[in-house]
Amino acid sequence: MIRDIDVSVLRDTVARLIVEANYNIPDDILQALRDAAVREESEIGRRTLEQLVRNYEIAAAERLPVCQDSGVAVVMLEVGQDVHWTGGSLQEAIFEGVREGTKTGYLRWSVTGDPTRMLKTAGGDAPAVIHTEIVPGSDVQITFASKGFGAENMSALKMFVPADGVPAITDFVLETVDRAGADACPPIIVGVGVGGTFETAALLAKKAVLRPINVRHPRADLCRLEGELLERVNDLGIGPQGLGGRITALGVNIEIYPTHIAGLPVAVNLGCHSTRRISTSL
Amino acid sequence: MPFHPTHLNLPLTGAVLDGLRAGDSVELSGAVISFRDATAARLMRALEAGEPLPVSLKNEILYAVGPSPPKPGQIIGSAGPTTTARMARFLPTLFAAGVRAVIGKGELHGDEMTPFLTHGAVYFAAIGGLGALLAKQISSATVVGYDDLGPEALYALEITAFPAVVIIDRQGRNFHETARAHWKRR
Repeated sequence: MIRDIDVSVLRDTVARLIVEANYNIPDDILQALRDAAVREESEIGRRTLEQLVRNYEIAAAERLPVCQDSGVAVVMLEVGQDVHWTGGSLQEAIFEGVREGTKTGYLRWSVTGDPTRMLKTAGGDAPAVIHTEIVPGSDVQITFASKGFGAENMSALKMFVPADGVPAITDFVLETVDRAGADACPPIIVGVGVGGTFETAALLAKKAVLRPINVRHPRADLCRLEGELLERVNDLGIGPQGLGGRITALGVNIEIYPTHIAGLPVAVNLGCHSTRRISTSL
Repeated sequence: MPFHPTHLNLPLTGAVLDGLRAGDSVELSGAVISFRDATAARLMRALEAGEPLPVSLKNEILYAVGPSPPKPGQIIGSAGPTTTARMARFLPTLFAAGVRAVIGKGELHGDEMTPFLTHGAVYFAAIGGLGALLAKQISSATVVGYDDLGPEALYALEITAFPAVVIIDRQGRNFHETARAHWKRR
């Protein structure tokens, strides 16, 4: 059975999600920050975490953007193959929703239309990055994220070879987090994408960083690796805002995909403590 | 243990700057000027071309920020610090024009630190991602130049009891480096 969905429904949903995502950080992250504020051994670290929690409480209560960097809108769509979009362009509907929510929510316009900056005047003609997956059924699942660039800029991708194995994954994660230090706005969330091709690894890392931090990988060995990586990241001593301490990351999430027998692509996408994401379905 | 940050009024005198130690928690009150990627690039171009600046940088403190638009009734929208390292290459020129200190977020190492030591400038880090809270420590915001840059315009800001930590002091200490080394488990 084909299901018709008017793109205006998607536009209005995106306009609502971008505002909600920027005013309220996810419950799992807020809870992890509250726990961290108790667990952190460094005094300046505890004080920093307490202030972060206070910031999120104020933003939610007064409906303000948690951070001035409302980032790049990342829209991940899982579209049922029986869905038929009506009423206009799907992409334009998403862009329109982002433009509208940015305005009504008093969010900062943080996108330049020309990444080379060679054009003298460049608006944000494509104010969202859209990833679409076609899945069975007639539902639409939307994950919306406002991705700030403090952490995005410190992310990295490397093509390893099979013999490098898990130690290479571990070292690359630690090296990326260590190099990022305070710049990624710790405590951070670490998304690790392993496998596929060059671009798959990056997308997997993005999916990983946007997975709730209280959801572990279903495979026991990968779940264990996530736990080990979190412990070793926290041993780096970077601490909240790089001021030293035990809590450098709130979570490490891994996503995998089959890859070539000659390859081991690994991407590490970092998320700041205000990794803003929100999901809904149509 | 009660927390007592040192309260400092701006502009900072040479004696006050001398007394700051990496790791000190401070609260800053007074006038600062905003800057960001595009702002810094334009200031540098103007300085190199010998053109007048929209505002004097003599004895000023720069705050790395590109605020959100204010909601009705707000003085400024969310206004936390942005990553200072992106503007590091402009700092020697800005220090030479009279800037005494920078407020931002994130780390500065090696070559990025050198101009601070050469010019006796101090680096303060504010907490990244504290946008809603820090907006309440800003009591006035006026665009004084480059308004075509939108959130990257040059703002004259009045801050009040604005929380920050001294990262690079005049003795060349770097608090991010010492704190990280102290807490690292080997």
